[in-house]
Amino acid sequence: MSTGTITPYRPEARAGRDGFAQVLRAEWTKFRTVRGWVIGMVVAVLVMLGLGLLTAGGSTSSCQQAGGGPVRTGAACGPTFTVGPGGGPVDDSFYFVRQPLTGNGSITVQVTSLTGLLPPANPNIQAGPNGPTDTRPGLMPWAKAGLIIKDGTRPGSAYAAMMVTADHGVRMQDNFTHDTAGQPGAVSAASPRWLRLTRSGDTITGYDSADGTNWTQVGAVHLAGLSSTVQAGLFAASPDYTVVSQNFGGGTNGSSGPSQATAVFDHVSRSGTWPGGTWTGDYIGAGGASGIGGYHQASGRFTVTGSGDIAPVVAGHGNEGDPATTLTDYLVGTFAGLIAVIVVATMFITAEYRRGLIRTTLAASPRRGRVLAAKAIVIGSVTFVAGLVAATAGVIFGAQLSHHKGTYVFPASWATELRIIAGAAALLAVAAVLALALGTVMRRSAAAVTVVIVAIVLPYILAVASVLPVSVSDWLLRITPAAAFAIQQAAPQYPQVTALYSPGSGYFPLAPWAGLAVLCGWAALALGLAVVLLRRRDA
Amino acid sequence: MSEALSAERPGLPGALHAGWASLPNALHAEWTKLRTVTGPAWLLAATAVLTVAVSAAATAAVRCPSGIACPVDTTKLSLSGVQLGQAIVAILAVLAISGEYSTGMIRITLTAMPRRSAVLAAKAAILTGLVLAAGTIAVLGSLLAGRLILPGHGFTPARGFPLLSLGDGPVLRAAAGSVLYLALIALLSLGIATAVRDSAVAIGIVLGLLYLFPIIAGVVTDPHWHRHLEQIGPMNAGLDIQATTGLSSLPLSPWAGLGVLAAWAAGALLAGGLLLRLRDA
Repeated sequence: MSTGTITPYRPEARAGRDGFAQVLRAEWTKFRTVRGWVIGMVVAVLVMLGLGLLTAGGSTSSCQQAGGGPVRTGAACGPTFTVGPGGGPVDDSFYFVRQPLTGNGSITVQVTSLTGLLPPANPNIQAGPNGPTDTRPGLMPWAKAGLIIKDGTRPGSAYAAMMVTADHGVRMQDNFTHDTAGQPGAVSAASPRWLRLTRSGDTITGYDSADGTNWTQVGAVHLAGLSSTVQAGLFAASPDYTVVSQNFGGGTNGSSGPSQATAVFDHVSRSGTWPGGTWTGDYIGAGGASGIGGYHQASGRFTVTGSGDIAPVVAGHGNEGDPATTLTDYLVGTFAGLIAVIVVATMFITAEYRRGLIRTTLAASPRRGRVLAAKAIVIGSVTFVAGLVAATAGVIFGAQLSHHKGTYVFPASWATELRIIAGAAALLAVAAVLALALGTVMRRSAAAVTVVIVAIVLPYILAVASVLPVSVSDWLLRITPAAAFAIQQAAPQYPQVTALYSPGSGYFPLAPWAGLAVLCGWAALALGLAVVLLRRRDA
Repeated sequence: MSEALSAERPGLPGALHAGWASLPNALHAEWTKLRTVTGPAWLLAATAVLTVAVSAAATAAVRCPSGIACPVDTTKLSLSGVQLGQAIVAILAVLAISGEYSTGMIRITLTAMPRRSAVLAAKAAILTGLVLAAGTIAVLGSLLAGRLILPGHGFTPARGFPLLSLGDGPVLRAAAGSVLYLALIALLSLGIATAVRDSAVAIGIVLGLLYLFPIIAGVVTDPHWHRHLEQIGPMNAGLDIQATTGLSSLPLSPWAGLGVLAAWAAGALLAGGLLLRLRDA
């Protein structure tokens, strides 16, 4: 048999008809001409948008002024947070023993002790009117004291600080969100710590030392637009007493009143121009309300006591920033959109089996892998576009609605915003491909739809519902397709703040793109299996 | 209308006619349909096996280290597999009716049994019976797993966690309630599937109804809304029946919660039944 006899049976048009573009076009025609599927996609967009807006609009803040008066609602009374240099809400409350510093200069100090008091272990015992009487000795892990250079005394202004902490060694922190580790270990009279802050222009450099002779640079930070005269000196702060239990009920965060830290400083030395001449001690921020704090100076030794924290406010249910929302909340409708998309994507293949169309499809395009690839591209692209529309509209309208209702929204960078919007669309698209693949494998709509929805949604529900311990929830959100919801985490996790970072409060164990990659892995696996089965089985 | 038509048929003997339309025959027909295909048997077995497996896994994942107070409702924990089991029950119930639509069998069924409400009632009855049976096995297996696993993980009687036993009133209520919960989920799914006819769409709606309420309730910060969502969601409300501790903090009392789910199921069946009567098959 020579090839010459076969060639006439392959007309030239054949190559064109078998091209991938034609298969793609055929699948696109199938999708757009089935009214139910197009309606399904529109429904997906609408429920995704609608549920998100319902959530954003469902919470109205209401408040009453301290002195009585009418109850106001909406934009008149959102939560009032101090805003830091980065635009995000911050806690800025500490006891500050300070002098003005003009121009460049530096301050050096030796810290010999850090001790503290905690509120009563039983939260039902309230502090007495003359101050907390039932306190007990102890330190919060992030109790801190040391040197600070701050751009004025306004809460939320720029700063850089070198500090000793109770459990996390020497740290250099600046502008609330940045934290750099220095020497480890706790401070004591036998093992003191030397700290130094140097200002040179807009740059502040922090050093630490164990002996006051050999210095190590911990970090150098750039504080843009720092005034020529800044406030510099000693500080002490200790965050509110919080016990974060990550054992049961998805984690709980119990807060029961202020704690305090007391630090002893020796060998205070300064260089540069210090025009004030005397030390002033007072509270920055709201911490003074607790009545804790003060300083004592005797023969070059300073004892400073303070309460409060210099740190970002942490978003999430059960945390300090609880009444506020994050961008993620506008996209809660993704779950509803997901279900609609999964139904459509599964039917995109199972309907062919039910109607017998698959035999026509495979007769027209015998390379079965290509058919499935074309279907995956069509359903993935359509879903991505639909998800993009819904997510963009949800974030835009949700922000307006929150503003109108007076709900505080945690600010997010444009990169985060972009990642959350594109991530929601990608999540839907990959889930659609997974549904298509499982629909091909199982050939039955009901079973395939259930498997995909249960695999993606149920682990998330189990993880955020207060049933499993946090460690188990974390594992569920690492290995199951539900890991993909990490792409929607809006608020960053701050290691320098003790808070509830659990799935239930909006924090995922995997990095955003790593989470999406887990779902992609499952989809690729299912697609591979689908191609193998589609090739081997009779249609 | 269908009765009027058949009554006009002169050739049909009255006794035979009554027999054909009677509920026992409808029940027998539905039982035969479910019995003679392998799908339902597999799904029922999967309901029992997966419920017990997830319950056992969840129970095994939780430990109560000594020296820590463990605020855990051990009964609810050992019944957590129901959250997966309900999905398989939903498939079974949806396929019971939408399978007939996809193959065209529904036309034969309705020709043989022109009283459409009787067809739906027969399907509902057979389905309820089967799910009650499988659900009982699933729930008893889950509780047995909990009874065996929990003491080894620190939940000992000495620390205030008595062995799970059906002789304990609240545990019995949670167990019986979970079985009823599964049956009501089956009825809800049957009603929805009768209304929308397509299996993929029906299962999507059922799972959406079940799973979306807890997710949305989780992000709504307003306490009023949060409570209302937990009260009207068929899964949240229905699963209140599993709670044995902290009953006062529940959004609804256990039986009232199951009542909410029953209302959902009744509403779905009613809508499905009406549409079945009104539409052409």
